[in-house]
Amino acid sequence: MTFLLRTFQLGMKSLLLHPMRSLLTVLGIFIGVASVIWLLAIGEGISREAQRQIEGLGADNIIIRSIKPPADVMGSSDAPIPYGLKREEFDMLVQTIPTIKAALTIREARRTFTFDGRNEEGRLVGCTPEYFEVTRLALDRGRLLTEADVDGRHNYCVLSSGIAERLFPYQDPIGRRVFLSENKDYYEVIGILEYRTPTAAIGGSLDAQDFNTDIYIPISTMRQRIGDFVYTRRGSSRTSEIVELNQITLRVRSIKEVRATADLVRRTLHIPDESKGKDPKFTLASAKGKSLAADGSFNDSPARLDAAVIVPEELLEQARMAKLMFMVLMGMVAAISLVVGGIGIMNIMLATVTERTREIGIRRALGATRTHIIMQFLVETVLLSVVGGLTGIAGGLLCPAVISGVRDALFAYAPTLMASAPEVAKQVEPVIVSYSLPLAFGISVAVGVVFGLYPAYRAAQMDPIEALRHE
Amino acid sequence: MVAAAKLVDIKKDYVLKSETVRALRGVTFEVPAGDYVAIMGPSGSGKSTLLNLLGCLDKPTSGEFYLGDDNVAQMSDDQLAFIRASRIGFVFQSYNLIQQYTVLENIEVPLLYQGRLTIKGRRRCRELAEMVGLGERLGHRPTQLSGGQQQRVAIARSLVNDPYFMLTDEATGNLDSVTSEEILGMFERLNDEGRTIIMVTHEDDVAAHAKRIVRLKDGLLQSDKINEHRITARTRAQAQGVSLAAPEMSEAMPVAEAV
Repeated sequence: MTFLLRTFQLGMKSLLLHPMRSLLTVLGIFIGVASVIWLLAIGEGISREAQRQIEGLGADNIIIRSIKPPADVMGSSDAPIPYGLKREEFDMLVQTIPTIKAALTIREARRTFTFDGRNEEGRLVGCTPEYFEVTRLALDRGRLLTEADVDGRHNYCVLSSGIAERLFPYQDPIGRRVFLSENKDYYEVIGILEYRTPTAAIGGSLDAQDFNTDIYIPISTMRQRIGDFVYTRRGSSRTSEIVELNQITLRVRSIKEVRATADLVRRTLHIPDESKGKDPKFTLASAKGKSLAADGSFNDSPARLDAAVIVPEELLEQARMAKLMFMVLMGMVAAISLVVGGIGIMNIMLATVTERTREIGIRRALGATRTHIIMQFLVETVLLSVVGGLTGIAGGLLCPAVISGVRDALFAYAPTLMASAPEVAKQVEPVIVSYSLPLAFGISVAVGVVFGLYPAYRAAQMDPIEALRHE
Repeated sequence: MVAAAKLVDIKKDYVLKSETVRALRGVTFEVPAGDYVAIMGPSGSGKSTLLNLLGCLDKPTSGEFYLGDDNVAQMSDDQLAFIRASRIGFVFQSYNLIQQYTVLENIEVPLLYQGRLTIKGRRRCRELAEMVGLGERLGHRPTQLSGGQQQRVAIARSLVNDPYFMLTDEATGNLDSVTSEEILGMFERLNDEGRTIIMVTHEDDVAAHAKRIVRLKDGLLQSDKINEHRITARTRAQAQGVSLAAPEMSEAMPVAEAV
């Protein structure tokens, strides 16, 4: 015990004898350990962000959205061409797929909302009462839409917080009526939702969603007042479209059945599976299905481009993969700097051992065994790497502050650069993972031991007679 | 009386590439407890080899080396380390103190490696430091001390484990004549107190302080005689015409000294 204490003291003394040298040696470990903590913190930040978004969609949900086909598919004619999901398709899904627990439909249109001379552009959403629950939109004040509202096709609306704030900066919106100029229609506000953080696009298949410009009305009211044909004028340009349903959300009985159900939905609606890319299995399955389906119409129709299936559960998997990729890359960076740091330590320790040959000889003559010598130099190396580890942990803990600081600075001084930066870089909030601290510390100790063993062994193998003669 | 050290037909060969150097070719002698032996010989006589063997820093090619009752000739490296820590007190020409340690810490080193650095052990270290006249300088580093003072620290260190014998290698080689005399006086006093001293030197006037002189030549014992003309404090005093009364330790070792 006293031996260890003495060795520790001696180690400290010898390191402080060359403070600059020790400092530079420690730097490699510092960077390595700090980057371990950084990578875990950023990885965790990314995955939490993705998780949050995906949970917002609901892991047991399958979302089918209508997509406006590109212009060349639509043709050049001005006449609106119908696209998207049909009401009869919705009925087909609900009636044929047994694993569906609940299902709802949404109709959307871009509209201008007016109140008291203020105009706000937003999304008019026709939905059913379940919509709020399924998309996890919480009520702030008033009440949500009810079955009675849908059945009665009332002109009621629920405002998202953003619209409520901008349209009614001074008044209480509840009980007041919002005017839709395109339809010359009034809707009475019955409730206001809580603020919902906009979500970034995930994995390419889901657009960024901002719920804060939405106004929700009963879908039955929307069908009656607006219909399937939507004519929108924006300045000089005008667009018209015929859409029956913008979105179908299916809730599956259990999460285990989500994927199978999603496959079934894709095949029923002839939507290609984007997540699998050009998967030969898909066509193979189609070919098999063809022989089974007598009329052949089921699988013969070309893959449709006007709808997409979004499976949050699959996105979760993608997010996990993305996180894993990030961790592997950063892990390699950390590993490289730790190895380089370790080599630096080894280099310095070899020099130290040569420098202190005489001392080793004295110690051996006075009764130190090889083990004692190995311990002495190992303690010194581990001390170096632990100092690196501890400062590295301190550096790692600064990660959230540094990242947000740098991001703010970049937004302030290079806004164009930041505008083109990926969504992740703009949004990610690193979260220090608790286990990363002991992990990083352990790594630094391990590096010390691993890279200290050889110099210590060299020291211990010295012939005491030769060492004593060394000048 | 049990011998402090006993060598029986010790041989040591060094293999250098193709040729074998026979450094010791069968050396036999005994050092009884309480003896004060000087080992002399020209360079190449096997003096250093014998010193390394006596100090358990090396193993003989053949022969027996008894330290007390144990034959240490073919002990393992770790066993020899323990023997060095517990039974031998080294005093080197260049003092060989550990620069990062204080005086007290240097004296403690052999105890450290035996795991005997207890409160009692520490007290003994302090006493030894006082005995060699450095009680006031326990916290000093070797660089803050003169050569003679450093050698006194080394002597205190060599005594801390109560060794079977002190092994001194040209202990006065780096010191001026006054300080040399002082160190040799200390050896004499320690020998008077019953310490066994084996001294390796090539200087006749240093060897003259020993009770017995062993001469080596070409790896063999050339002579092993009682020193008839031994220089002691008494003879020195007589030579200088000073009082015969034995001086006190502190007087024999003035604190102030030239380096």
